[in-house]
Amino acid sequence: MAEQSQTLIEVSRLVVSFAQSGGSGMFHAVDDVSLKVARGEVVGLVGESGSGKTTLAKTILRLYKPAAGTLQFEGCDITRLGEKALRPIRRQMQMVFQDPLSSFNPRVRIGDAVALPLRLHKPGPAHQIQSKVQDLLSRVGLGPQFAARYPHEMSGGQLQRVAVARALAVEPRLIVADEAVSKLDVSVRAQILNLLRDVQSATGVALLFITHDLRVARYLCDRIGVMFFGRLVEVGATADVFSNPRHPYTRALLSTLDDDDGGGLAALAPPAPASSGCRYRSRCPIARSDCAAHRPELQAVGDTHTVACPYVLSD
Amino acid sequence: MAVLLRTLWSNRTARAGVIIVGLFLLAISVGGALMPYSATDMDFLNLLTPPAWTHPFGTDSFGRDVLTRVLLGGRVSLAISVTGVSLAAIIGIPAGLAAAWYGNPIDQLLMRCADLLFAFPSFVLALFLMVVLGFGVTNVILAIALVYVPIFARLARNLALTVREEAYVQAARLMGQSTARILGREILPNIMAPIMVQASISIAFGVIIEAGLSFLGLGVQPPTPSLGVIMADGREYFNQGPWVLTLAGLFISFGLLGLNLLGDGLRDLTDPKLREKTTS
Repeated sequence: MAEQSQTLIEVSRLVVSFAQSGGSGMFHAVDDVSLKVARGEVVGLVGESGSGKTTLAKTILRLYKPAAGTLQFEGCDITRLGEKALRPIRRQMQMVFQDPLSSFNPRVRIGDAVALPLRLHKPGPAHQIQSKVQDLLSRVGLGPQFAARYPHEMSGGQLQRVAVARALAVEPRLIVADEAVSKLDVSVRAQILNLLRDVQSATGVALLFITHDLRVARYLCDRIGVMFFGRLVEVGATADVFSNPRHPYTRALLSTLDDDDGGGLAALAPPAPASSGCRYRSRCPIARSDCAAHRPELQAVGDTHTVACPYVLSD
Repeated sequence: MAVLLRTLWSNRTARAGVIIVGLFLLAISVGGALMPYSATDMDFLNLLTPPAWTHPFGTDSFGRDVLTRVLLGGRVSLAISVTGVSLAAIIGIPAGLAAAWYGNPIDQLLMRCADLLFAFPSFVLALFLMVVLGFGVTNVILAIALVYVPIFARLARNLALTVREEAYVQAARLMGQSTARILGREILPNIMAPIMVQASISIAFGVIIEAGLSFLGLGVQPPTPSLGVIMADGREYFNQGPWVLTLAGLFISFGLLGLNLLGDGLRDLTDPKLREKTTS
């Protein structure tokens, strides 16, 4: 029971599928994924583009409908809730998007964009909302003069700060940051990462951080989940995963960290993932014939470390 | 509004459109009142007189001043067209937004209905409705609305589908905004520009539909002047007084030219790829 109340989100055997474009049949963007996020925890999801990490995160926020599996938020099953029933739960979950410019309505001033969630959730007199907006902006390091600007009059880094302020406005329990720094200049990235970390430690909000940049994940996250084509192949504490990676895919990823461009996943030459059994076997250096027979489940290799490959359990 | 006008002014096509539409509106709004005649004053001593200073567009077979009738008729025609197109927008845009937002099966249902209406040439559809509903001004308005409902619905749907996946719409959902608010305040303002282009072009064609139906005697009934009624009159005695049909027709063409230029200019301005070239 005590452990139950520590869990903020419990995803179990989640499947998200989309109609395949140009063909018939369904494509599983997220395929049988189970994951827990505790209150106040910072969890990273890493994987190459197309691995389903964004889809998984957006499904947790119920922006997409899962095809199978269950989703629990604070013990409440939200798998099948309708848009209206989700509304009170949604204020506990916020998101910072990849593209800072498109995450703001181009016709709404910054101050109004931040004030809107306040007005929706805690209606109050106008001056009170105004001062709360200034307060939120200053918490993310922006002066009050920014409130009067339109999104296109601001830089990507400034907008991402506003996005954080807007997310904080409803005092959420979870913030999903979807590649929140990947479109920013390198010089600005560290500022936004520090902002996210400061905000996290100040408010105790749980953070689900999606990134293809392993360095970012290592810097920010308590735990890391590695995704490969819709499946979670390894989950563990950041230190464990980085010091003792088990899954061959994780190892391949980490080996790119030493490359010059640092942590980019583009360096991996990708043969198409296998369609049955272990999806990684077409690239895997230790693949065996029975890898095609059944899908490997996540199995424990340590207290908090699990891996979806039966041949690397003992090391 | 001032900003919009200034932007329009910076584009040559739109500027021509604004000037012509402005002149057209000015003419039909105050022109009728400035004329010394009324649309139904008959002067049996001056039947079918050619254009002259006292009657710049001449007179028709009842001795009525054609310019006065054209100005007042233009007002009637434009009012009918604007009402019909507005009705189409009021029905079509929410339908299109709903189709885009809720997806199937609502989307399929609405879009197949739109396809059905699209299958008929617009004038045939309007004629069909007049035959079913009967003649008269109200039914002309309904016919114009019926022709344009599927166009607005489909346009709004397709535009909303592209905006729907924008991060700010998802952010609005996460914020807990109601569906009505998301559609009306987050999506609609950002798809309004192409809809305005469509509206200005639709009003031009609505005038043509009204003129066509009235020309056939199905729409506005004489002696009330509308552009179609005037042209129908003019056709009967074209040999004796060609100026009635010709000048009324030129007047319509002038107004339509303006509306089309305005629509084209608006389209250029709202197309970001063309924006830099045209606003410089």
